Amino acid sequence: MNKDASTTGEQFRITQDQLQKLLDVLRDQGYETVGPTVREGVITYDQIDGVEDLPIGWTDEQEPGKYRLKKRSDKALFGYVVGPHSWKKFVYPPRQLLWRMHRDNGTQKLEEPSEDYPRYAFFGVRSCEIQALAVQDKVFMGSDYRDRYYALRRKDNLIIAVNCVEPGGTCFCASMDTGPKARKAFDLALTEIVEKDQHYFLIESGSDIGTDILSELKSDPATDKQIARADELLEKAARNMGRQLDTTDIKDLLYRNAENRHWEQVAKRCLSCSNCTMVCPTCFCSTVEDTTDLTGTSAERVRRWDSCFTLEFSYIHGGAVRPSEHTRYRHWITHKLASWQDQFGTSGCVGCGRCITWCPVGIDITEEIKSLQDSESLTSDEAKAKE
Amino acid sequence: MPAKKKPKLAVWKFASCDGCQLSLLDCEDELLAVAGAVHIANFPEASRAVEKGPYDVSLVEGSITTPHDAERIHKVRRQSKYLITIGACATAGGIQALRNFKDVREFTSIVYANPDYIETLERSTPIRHHVFVDFELRGCPINKYQLLEVISALLNNRKPVIPEHSVCVDCKLAGNPCVMVGHGTPCLGPVTQAGCGAICPSFNRGCYGCFGPKETPNLPSLSEQWQAMGVDKTNLVRAYRGFNAFAEPFRKESESHENG
Ligand code: SF4
Ligand code: SF4
Ligand code: SF4
Ligand code: SF4
Repeated sequence: MNKDASTTGEQFRITQDQLQKLLDVLRDQGYETVGPTVREGVITYDQIDGVEDLPIGWTDEQEPGKYRLKKRSDKALFGYVVGPHSWKKFVYPPRQLLWRMHRDNGTQKLEEPSEDYPRYAFFGVRSCEIQALAVQDKVFMGSDYRDRYYALRRKDNLIIAVNCVEPGGTCFCASMDTGPKARKAFDLALTEIVEKDQHYFLIESGSDIGTDILSELKSDPATDKQIARADELLEKAARNMGRQLDTTDIKDLLYRNAENRHWEQVAKRCLSCSNCTMVCPTCFCSTVEDTTDLTGTSAERVRRWDSCFTLEFSYIHGGAVRPSEHTRYRHWITHKLASWQDQFGTSGCVGCGRCITWCPVGIDITEEIKSLQDSESLTSDEAKAKE
Repeated sequence: MPAKKKPKLAVWKFASCDGCQLSLLDCEDELLAVAGAVHIANFPEASRAVEKGPYDVSLVEGSITTPHDAERIHKVRRQSKYLITIGACATAGGIQALRNFKDVREFTSIVYANPDYIETLERSTPIRHHVFVDFELRGCPINKYQLLEVISALLNNRKPVIPEHSVCVDCKLAGNPCVMVGHGTPCLGPVTQAGCGAICPSFNRGCYGCFGPKETPNLPSLSEQWQAMGVDKTNLVRAYRGFNAFAEPFRKESESHENG
């Protein structure tokens, strides 16, 4: 056991074999290890038993409305960014049975589902995703109205972060100050370094549990040169984001522009298909579906993800509050970037780029904000011209 | 519970393939429960014993394509407390509504030796064009769980859980990677109503639009994207001219790309 591993923040160097050992240790400790893996031509999050289940040697090319896996020229384990899934599905599943009720001879029996949730070790969490979990923590646990199911599923999560040395085509975490390097709220954090002649990982602990696990890996402290190399790669990554978003004054920008004609332009393209909200790691909306069986002797309530792009979402007596597409798109982007701040004291967007990539028609949140910003500068120019 | 009188159920067929009615028989495990909850009084596909109306619930399959059927549906309506249409034929005119885009007499003259004997309407139309419909259940064929849900809801005086949102929602709930974005496969999911559980995208195929247009569908935008993905106008028109070709948004969109 390496005693040096007792402090957090210190970097160690490990090999791919030690990474496998890390997975073994986690599984021995009773964690269910879930992480990135290739399925149906994309990288999703699923159970991983060993390093070989990771997308070794794959990368993802992402642009608005387009995602393709490509072979890399090296054997990198983490040479891609985020896919259509997020960790949200583990802590806040798409469908969840809340209760079942049975009626029998005038008595009613309540059946609640088991709360014996798996202890997950999330393996390969990106910095933006750690922030997304923090955002959802605020939503579900940050007030007096705690979401019991979320809290229970979230309780024992172990976070093994991966710092992003190669941002994707739709990433803009640097603009949102959420990446590419994980700064907090992880148990262990990895930086993968692939050079011509060597392939290794720097690992640091961010918690006591992380430190204990790290001590089992028998790792050597990283050299100053290795640490400098990792820092250099991460700084370069921050400068090479696929997208950028100027967040100056963004809340007021959106509030000021509620009546901007631009929304109608977006509405011409938007399919109100809900994909953007489904893939977003922070979107938290759900609806409950109440059903009965044919005989009316049992009933059940299921909670499932909902989206503000559906009509039913804003349906109140007499009709939907947001019947037109432009009001729905406007609501979505305003919630993500403006009213979320009023509601939860943080941005609802962590810059992961999923909504851009997975929008079937490639509507780009950063471009839409730019259009609003441009339309304002245009009006002031026009105003000047008139003077 | 005091023994209630079981509601009387009738199943009617108009121009259709029987597939939707068969979904009811296909309920297998649940069929006994259905038979326990309702009194199946008229369902020729299942039993030759046909009881007279009135009926509490009528399930109507098929579209109206002949003058005789155009009258018969009124008789069905008069005998039914609730009339529920099932399937793409009954709710949109079905695949046979392709005739609506052409001259039906040309077809009859090609198909039949003596076209004079054929008495048919120029158009295949959904049931709601003829009589008031209490609920429309989409799909080609309908989904048996949705059918059970509608019957359960009706029997228990509640609103059925039949969302009108896109197939994409169900596709994402199922955890599928999007075939449009991930594979470059054209998909009708973003304009199609959910209900099938996103079967085709779950098997790496694009959605064929079996459940017809979703609420507020934006077809021009999807068409533009399909064209950018390399689909030509002929194939675009074909995609919209499926089982729901005569559903208004699909009809309009396919016509806007015809002769274009
Ligand atoms: S953007 Fe829409 S779906 Fe997402 S959290 Fe806000 S209201 Fe809910
Ligand atoms: S709004 Fe888009 S970029 Fe922002 S967190 Fe959600 S999916 Fe990611
Ligand atoms: S922005 Fe894109 S993903 Fe979101 S609802 Fe509109 S078309 Fe769908
Ligand atoms: S595969 Fe089709 S149904 Fe599924 S999300 Fe993509 S466009 Fe929607």
